[in-house]
Amino acid sequence: MVQSQTDIATPAEIEAICARFDDDPHRMLDILQEVQTRFRCVSPEVMEVVASATGLTRVAVDAVVSFYSFLSDAPKGRVTIRLCDDIVDRFSGLDAVIAAFEAELGIKVGQTSGDGAFSLEVTACIGMCDQAPAAMINDVVLTSLTAERVRDLVTQLKEGVDPGLLIGSRYYEKPPQDRIRDAVRNNIRRAGAVLLGPVPADSGLKKALQMRPEQVIDIIEDSGLRGCGGAGFPAGKKLRHATQNDSTRRFVFCNADEGEPGTFKDRVLLTERAHLMVEGMTVAARAIGAEEGLIYLRGEYTYMRDHILAVLDDRRARGLLGRNIMGMEGSHFDVRLQMGAGSYVCGEAGALISSCEGLPGEPKGRLPLPTERGYLGLPTVVNNVETFCHIARVMDRGAEWFRGMGTDTSPGTKLFSVSGDCLNPGIYELEYGLTLAELLDMAGAPEAAAVMVGGPSGTIIGREHFGRRLVFGDLPTGGAVMIFGPHRNILEIVDYYMGFFVHESCGYCTPCRVGNVFLHKAVQKIRAGQGKQADLDYIREYSATIMETSRCGLGQTSPNPILSTLKNFPLLYSAMLKGGGDRTQPTFDIQDAIEEARSIAQRRSYIFDRDFTQ
Amino acid sequence: MSGDSFTFTIDGVEVTATPGQTIMEAADAAGIYIPRLCDVEGLRHQGGCRVCTVKASGRSAAACTQPAAPDLVVDNETDHLNTMRRHLVEMLFQEGNHLCPVCEASGNCELQAMAYRLEMVEPFRFPGLEPCRPVDASHPDIALDTNRCISCGRCIRASADVDGKGIFGYVGRGIHRRVAVNGSDLAHTDADINDHAVSRQVCPVGCIIRKREGFSIPIGEREYDHGLIGDEGDSE
Repeated sequence: MVQSQTDIATPAEIEAICARFDDDPHRMLDILQEVQTRFRCVSPEVMEVVASATGLTRVAVDAVVSFYSFLSDAPKGRVTIRLCDDIVDRFSGLDAVIAAFEAELGIKVGQTSGDGAFSLEVTACIGMCDQAPAAMINDVVLTSLTAERVRDLVTQLKEGVDPGLLIGSRYYEKPPQDRIRDAVRNNIRRAGAVLLGPVPADSGLKKALQMRPEQVIDIIEDSGLRGCGGAGFPAGKKLRHATQNDSTRRFVFCNADEGEPGTFKDRVLLTERAHLMVEGMTVAARAIGAEEGLIYLRGEYTYMRDHILAVLDDRRARGLLGRNIMGMEGSHFDVRLQMGAGSYVCGEAGALISSCEGLPGEPKGRLPLPTERGYLGLPTVVNNVETFCHIARVMDRGAEWFRGMGTDTSPGTKLFSVSGDCLNPGIYELEYGLTLAELLDMAGAPEAAAVMVGGPSGTIIGREHFGRRLVFGDLPTGGAVMIFGPHRNILEIVDYYMGFFVHESCGYCTPCRVGNVFLHKAVQKIRAGQGKQADLDYIREYSATIMETSRCGLGQTSPNPILSTLKNFPLLYSAMLKGGGDRTQPTFDIQDAIEEARSIAQRRSYIFDRDFTQ
Repeated sequence: MSGDSFTFTIDGVEVTATPGQTIMEAADAAGIYIPRLCDVEGLRHQGGCRVCTVKASGRSAAACTQPAAPDLVVDNETDHLNTMRRHLVEMLFQEGNHLCPVCEASGNCELQAMAYRLEMVEPFRFPGLEPCRPVDASHPDIALDTNRCISCGRCIRASADVDGKGIFGYVGRGIHRRVAVNGSDLAHTDADINDHAVSRQVCPVGCIIRKREGFSIPIGEREYDHGLIGDEGDSE
């Protein structure tokens, strides 16, 4: 691969980057991202330099580089195109878009052009399901792609047009918030009373500063607010737990790493309610006595980085962050932005903390909880973007107001990210408690045959369950509602998401690292018409083992796409099973067995290739 | 026994523990065996292989990392747990190339021994992943065949914590995660045959190979040729 001279990093340049982050190994992700951006790779030689600057071994640096999808040890193109490869994108014409990119660039997915100009890759859900197919071109996001548009984009890129200017010729002259609004549509379909309706600036924070910290926690607890990332842990209880230690240093972390496929609500909140989110973080900091905060923004949302930084700067300038907030003596809090680098599992609180510590994004053990021993071993509250926004609003309007919406066990409103086969994909802020059918009605999906609620780690249900309620205890969700029409192949969806989990497993524990690979194989075998009843038994047994023995939520939920469809669409599986009459061993796969001979002979088999005529 | 000590049960047997002890530490002290692969005496606990999964008051937990607690009711030797453990051992077999008849570690191998203990007798439903990573034989005294690695990380912890060297480390994510060395190959590291990390008790399988020591103990007279892993105490 050809590299121009200017791209080769000198040790002095690398050392200067490390020095900017105080040679701190905890800032490894920042260091490596900076190196990657400037030199388009982190080569083994560079790892050596980073290792000696930060006092680590080279293999420890390699561990980080090789963990994150957006870091690489081999050079990437000056323009790196990452196509979102979610199932929704595949159902929205991704194939044609890929074909157009490949034809125009003259490279295949996974390749870098010989002159080092372009790399073409696919990546997991980038949070644009409501405007699929989408792609990242370097940090810039482009949505609603078509083959025709791709041809035009590549022509411009080849002429040296900056990716940002593909959005509009005046892109860089605009304020950051306008830039991201130009790039990505919000698609707000329903604005509710709490988050997307009119929101007075910082009145929740003002009230919180006038209260004692315990009072703040009491109000949050009283509101019944539950975490909006999916698990629904009571927000007040989490805050209280973080105060039950004698630590003098605590942290408030905002999880803006919404990686669950089909979820894009935080994208809209980050675009339109970033101030509210930081306000909520500041309230939480007040409640637990934290002076340091961090926003972990997923690498896929790098296009919003300047916007978030501008919001933080603006708040510092107005005395809403920093020393003596709102003139309140002794109330100090500031927030740092940490960029992720392409890893789904980093949305898990422990993995997120590992990532912030400069490590591969491996979850911590279940105990101790982050509120006890989190970032750097100190008490850390990690909440979702939406949860922090809710906290600010609850402080402003009070617990009773909040409890007046939704249901007893799930008070307030929730943002739903609706995508897939419907007329109105986008964001719906609705009170908890509505039925899925009601939401499908609003979204314009009368044909819906299957709906994935809560992303692949949630559940896939059929029509007979559309009367169920979107609440904790029935259909809990971090907000993803993905709709599939009757023409979709559910096994294709299951196959895709098992591959997704295989790709995103961190690899720390055996069941998730290895077990998911074999579950995926089993699904593919059934999808290919080679499965037998015994394969279903195998799937059930292995799924149980993976769920019961995995170390974190990823493995504890990864078999859900299979298990929920086995339960809700049993006929689909039985129709695909092969009878037992062919006297073959269960492990025998004829396609596999003849593959080598087929490739040597360079022709297909008349008997065993069903697509022979193609 | 300190005044802070407390009791809990493992399969109905009362066990004494002190605060900070894990379930496995307390079990070991009481002479109760909980199957394990990534955990070994003298090294930090990892909780990665999950073979030591027990039910702690109904909830799954890795015994090597889960703290013991007063009145905890731990299930260990149940059919359900042993079935799951067998699945985990099967997964490890299928992830790598574990061909016992041609492996020098046969008989001393904890993975093989665990398969016997957990009665892994049926053929696998799917062919294994059959990795073909190159063997690193660059070092004069040590060779590394990571195709036989089970990612237990014992060598990583031993090198970092006991030898103070950091010769080994994990790289990669998910199924691509593997043990790598801190250099272009083993010869370009500080590895020494006297390191704890390359001693026989650290690598549970045949991944780290000590050169010129093969078959010094004949097959049939090796550690697990005499009885099941975990039952060594009983047979003496």
